[in-house]
Amino acid sequence: MKRISIDPITRLEGHGKIDIFLDDEGNVANAYLQIPELRGFERFCLGRPAEDMPNLTNRICGVCPEAHHMAATKALDAVFHVDPPPAAKKLRELFYSIFYATDHTTHFYALGGPDFVVGPDAPPAERNILGVVAKVGMDVAGKVLKMRKDGHNLLEMIGGRKVHPNWGLPGGVSRGINEEQRREIEARGREAIEFAKFSLQIFEAVVLKDTKYNFVDIITGGVYTHETYNMGTVDENNHVNFYDGQIRVTAPDGSEHAKYDAVNYREYVAERVEPWSYLKFPYLKKVGWKGFVDGMDSGVYKCTPLSRLNAADGMATPLAQAEYERMYETLGGKPVHHTLATHWARLVELLYAAERWVELANDPEITSPEYRVLPTETPTEGVGCVEAPRGTLTHHYWTDERGILTQVNLIVGTTNNNAPICMSVKKAAQGLIKGGKVNEGLLNMVEMAFRAYDPCFGCATHTLPGQMPLVVTIRDAQGEVIERLSQYVE
Amino acid sequence: MSEKPAENDTAAPEQPKGKLALYWAASCGGCEISVLAINEKILDVAAAFDIVFWPVAIDAKVHDVEKMPDGHIDVCLFNGSIRTSEQEYMAHLLRKKSKVLVAFGSCAHEGCIPGLANMSNREEIFTTAYHETPSTVNPDRVRPRPETTVPEGILHLPVFYDSVKTLDQTVPVDYYLPGCPPEADRIWDAIVAILEGKLPEPGSVIGVDTTVCEECPRTRTEKKIKAFKRTWEVIPDPDTCLLEQGLLCCGIATRAGCGARCPEVNSPCIGCYGPTNEVKDFGVRLMSALASSIDSNDPEEVDRIIEEGIPDPIGSFYRFSLAASLLRRKKLAGNGEGT
Repeated sequence: MKRISIDPITRLEGHGKIDIFLDDEGNVANAYLQIPELRGFERFCLGRPAEDMPNLTNRICGVCPEAHHMAATKALDAVFHVDPPPAAKKLRELFYSIFYATDHTTHFYALGGPDFVVGPDAPPAERNILGVVAKVGMDVAGKVLKMRKDGHNLLEMIGGRKVHPNWGLPGGVSRGINEEQRREIEARGREAIEFAKFSLQIFEAVVLKDTKYNFVDIITGGVYTHETYNMGTVDENNHVNFYDGQIRVTAPDGSEHAKYDAVNYREYVAERVEPWSYLKFPYLKKVGWKGFVDGMDSGVYKCTPLSRLNAADGMATPLAQAEYERMYETLGGKPVHHTLATHWARLVELLYAAERWVELANDPEITSPEYRVLPTETPTEGVGCVEAPRGTLTHHYWTDERGILTQVNLIVGTTNNNAPICMSVKKAAQGLIKGGKVNEGLLNMVEMAFRAYDPCFGCATHTLPGQMPLVVTIRDAQGEVIERLSQYVE
Repeated sequence: MSEKPAENDTAAPEQPKGKLALYWAASCGGCEISVLAINEKILDVAAAFDIVFWPVAIDAKVHDVEKMPDGHIDVCLFNGSIRTSEQEYMAHLLRKKSKVLVAFGSCAHEGCIPGLANMSNREEIFTTAYHETPSTVNPDRVRPRPETTVPEGILHLPVFYDSVKTLDQTVPVDYYLPGCPPEADRIWDAIVAILEGKLPEPGSVIGVDTTVCEECPRTRTEKKIKAFKRTWEVIPDPDTCLLEQGLLCCGIATRAGCGARCPEVNSPCIGCYGPTNEVKDFGVRLMSALASSIDSNDPEEVDRIIEEGIPDPIGSFYRFSLAASLLRRKKLAGNGEGT
């Protein structure tokens, strides 16, 4: 049997590796996405004071520390049995909305966008953010840089630091904002709404109206489609919410499979261990693990911007709601199972995050000095959950009566998507490899398949030019190299 | 550096450009985000240097580095700690190819928070992650292995070590840039120092040699601590020294450079910039600074104050520096590779 190993050139940092096996006819027999990394937070946090968790778990990911900081802080509310005052919850959601808008901007312009804006078959040297700038104009670079810079400056102003905030506490936050800061936040938020609208216009012009590549056909084509369950957090109106709400799971046919409070996550989600990856594979417990397959009978679920939109009934802000409706009308109604539509959904979420940012900045309570209450009860156990940009993020802590951690369970955003990413990689490979012929295009096809998920285990995919350097080595059954393909590497 | 650009002109076109490499080993990606947070100045960096290796941003690959003559790279900024043989290999490779190797950020410098894993070993970490975590369903007690036979062939995973190591426990290091992550402004300062040939003595930390207290605007008087308080137990006054209010603020022992960002938002310093010069062990320095702030001469009372108020000494005193400390790790049974 022939084997194709797709190793990010960053393999030496150990972020992700794909092995594709071909049968005797040269067709894909199976594909494995391996995550060769583990740091053991669930172990080494034991014995630490629970209140350290927002700072400790920041370091799980320097790209989305705000998500871990918020999930940990909410878990502490539960551990210490304390309900933060309204202003504290609003400040946290404001902070989180700014983070979301900043993070989604990075993904669309630097990572996901180039395949569409510059084109999937453009020379690799152009298929990056510089190519995006060349295609849509120099002023775009300025807008993107400004959006990211403003976002990080506000996150620092509110949470203490541009990377790794130190702000969340059980019962609230360590400091509120004053009127001068509020005005600055609001002004930048209004610009963020315009930026989000502008980004959707770019998407419309270069993707939806494209006639060269027929992107809408590519998006809706079978190679990038998986009919799985979808998960996301919804508010009391079943609208998408990033900071708080209930977890809703819809089935491949769009019906509601479950809606539950995060504290009950163990009734609905279980994690599987495979010997060939350090990353576990979550699945829906009530459906069960049936392998890496689609369908109503398979417990595999997705947890992405598109999944959140699929699992909700709409968006809580008017402009985002209009874009939500437009997306589903264009793509033939709900649910949408086309993985590449995740990029579109991400821009709808960007607009929602910006609108929510301004709404909260205008909330009369946002500058209230009542941003914290002290816990009075003995700490025990608690679950904290937020929607990380890359999936539902769950922190669960148990402590002794002094608030010292005795057990920790974490289900991290991207982990939810481990199985579907493996499936997407396999399907892309199957779409291209026939009769032993390996097309150069496979590399970018595979890249596009998992880039849509914005996976965080490949911090390698959080790259400035939006390129995942890949090397494909094809070996025969004796392990002799018979062909070597590469992209972005020479 | 052999190719120094003209002083005070970071982009002098007539000067040969220096060669810069950036690499990440076991890290969270926050150092890369902080480099990007220098914003438009990243264009100045690209103008002043040929960036010959930066997996996060450019296309050069490890084979390209392997082909370079020794000492080809003028400056390598290396972030992340060393946990696998692959990372160890990259550390040796980049040491050999670089004239100046900088341990960039807390992981490379001191092991950082993931270095707290040195209180456990591989077996314990695996048992927790793959068997004990309550959402894991694993009746067959499967765990990841270096080699797995699947129906189609054999799959390989790197071996997970017992210990986290700092960069200078692996290869000689010329400079250190502290912080988790280093603040973008300090990164820019370091780049300017490199460009202007104004780096300090080899072996130094690039940065100021004062403490966070020196740049903290809070009012300080004599410290007379009667009891330490946990952060959730007290709403501190926004203008008074946090340590004087009984909070375990690490600013007293931590190198300045961040602008006292955490005290600015009413949170204690957690020590991410590590110790000042001449301090071998951050935790010992912090403990002695705290002990001298306690308002008691009775050793038993001092013990009681510390025991009651600081329930996790390792996590509190060595939050970022356990791997680099005199302790390094919890003792391994048998002949572990961890020390």
